[in-house]
Amino acid sequence: MSIAEQAAKFKLQKIGERPRLREYIRESWQRRTFAYTLARFNLQASTAKSSLGVAWLVLVPAMQIMVYGLIFGLVLGNTRPDNFLPYLITGIVLFQFVSGSFADGAKSITANASLVRSLNFPRVLLPASAVISNIYRIVPLVGLMLVALLALREPVTLNWLLIAPDLLLMSCFSAGLAMVAARLTVHFADLNQLVPFITRVAFYSSGIFFSVDKLAAGHPILKPILESNPIHIYLQIARGSLVEGYSYDLYQWGFGALWALASLTFGFVFFWRAEEKFGRNV
Amino acid sequence: MSSAEIQNQADDGRKPVVIVDNVVVTYRVFASGKKITASTARVKRSGKLREVEAIRGVSLTAYEGDSIGVIGTNGSGKSTLMNAISGLLPIDSGSVYASSRPSFLGVGAAMIRELSGEKNVILGGLALGMSKAEVMAKYDAIVDFSGLREFIDLPMSTYSSGMVERLKFAIAAAREHDILIIDEALAVGDSDFRKRSEARMRELAANAGSVFLVSHSMKSILDTCNRAIWLDKGIIKMDGTAREVCEAYAAFVGAPLDD
Repeated sequence: MSIAEQAAKFKLQKIGERPRLREYIRESWQRRTFAYTLARFNLQASTAKSSLGVAWLVLVPAMQIMVYGLIFGLVLGNTRPDNFLPYLITGIVLFQFVSGSFADGAKSITANASLVRSLNFPRVLLPASAVISNIYRIVPLVGLMLVALLALREPVTLNWLLIAPDLLLMSCFSAGLAMVAARLTVHFADLNQLVPFITRVAFYSSGIFFSVDKLAAGHPILKPILESNPIHIYLQIARGSLVEGYSYDLYQWGFGALWALASLTFGFVFFWRAEEKFGRNV
Repeated sequence: MSSAEIQNQADDGRKPVVIVDNVVVTYRVFASGKKITASTARVKRSGKLREVEAIRGVSLTAYEGDSIGVIGTNGSGKSTLMNAISGLLPIDSGSVYASSRPSFLGVGAAMIRELSGEKNVILGGLALGMSKAEVMAKYDAIVDFSGLREFIDLPMSTYSSGMVERLKFAIAAAREHDILIIDEALAVGDSDFRKRSEARMRELAANAGSVFLVSHSMKSILDTCNRAIWLDKGIIKMDGTAREVCEAYAAFVGAPLDD
């Protein structure tokens, strides 16, 4: 009798093999409380040490808005988007969510190496937890953003409610990004150096402080590329719903949803395919 | 071990819970440009990438109720083998079969140092697969077992290494495990905690499948284990009752048995 048959006779399972995708999804869902709890505790730990604590979560984007508002408000001149301040505020706050999820996701496995080395749990919970942690951060920030828009005399409409489904799409999109980045930085530690660079490129190409429409108006090749950028799509939907003078086409919801679904599916499967290898590389 | 031998052993009526079949683990690491002498035969070199064969073909079968002590010098592959059995470390060839996924309790494990002991208990319990309600139900028992109640609200970064190990053991031991692997976890506790944890380990081993204990303390292996294996340079040098193996190992390293 071979050893495999022997193992089968006593109903022993093979250890160290990747679970089937369906099984993996089920197990991850079962353990989701771990991801929430880790996200919440990490957030508390990250703000516990500084004396201003949670206030930093608001102060940093507020300072960014001031700096970009001052610099680009003056520099951009006639390419400056209309209704500039509300445009800038929505851009910076929402971009912060995507870039934060991406950056935290990228180091989610390597930063929790001791967890990965000592316990068996679906590893995908770590990048998921990084995104959840960013959701916890963004919700109060979006609240403040709406208050700021009110103060800037933006009219309140029912359309403001659309920010919720827009954020949901952004969360799915960011989760996919986080999972891809989490796996890649385990294989190639060097990629961690590239994360801020990639974030910068995304920041400058997504139309945070300038208008992509105005910029791309004269470029037939550049225009479709810039306009299919998912971050730009989510921002356009947000601004169309919140900021006066901006609108979006209904089909952009479709594109946004497609990007979200594609990113999440690809990210999850891509991550799952390395599940059994994470213990070796961290 | 050949498959025939495994069959013979299985025939004595005990159920195998872990079968390790000819497992090989090789670490590939980027080395700094130091020279290697020819005598380090376990190290092969190609360019800057060095291969270290940590486990060179290990086979063993653990049966229901076994508690197996694992001894060997530093770098003999004890921790690597335990990591491979628990499925945390991918193996290069061979295979590991087990009745359920082994739980690993090792040094340097699952803790977030900035958080209080209380939060780490919750997080550790959830990571072990308990539900929130289960963790809360066992919370008091865990804290009492660790004996750290007066420090439980302090960040773990303020704990001594012994306190960290106590809390980790308390969390892992709160759950019944089919197969429990303990890597040097008891080495740092004080004698009172050591007695309690050894008692708990015997309890866990009696209730369930099997326990592996990696330790440099032959006394704790003699006290807790019925069987022992001696690993040397990535292969099993000896496998037998705890007393036999510990005596041989003690003679080999020239140390007294009760050390």
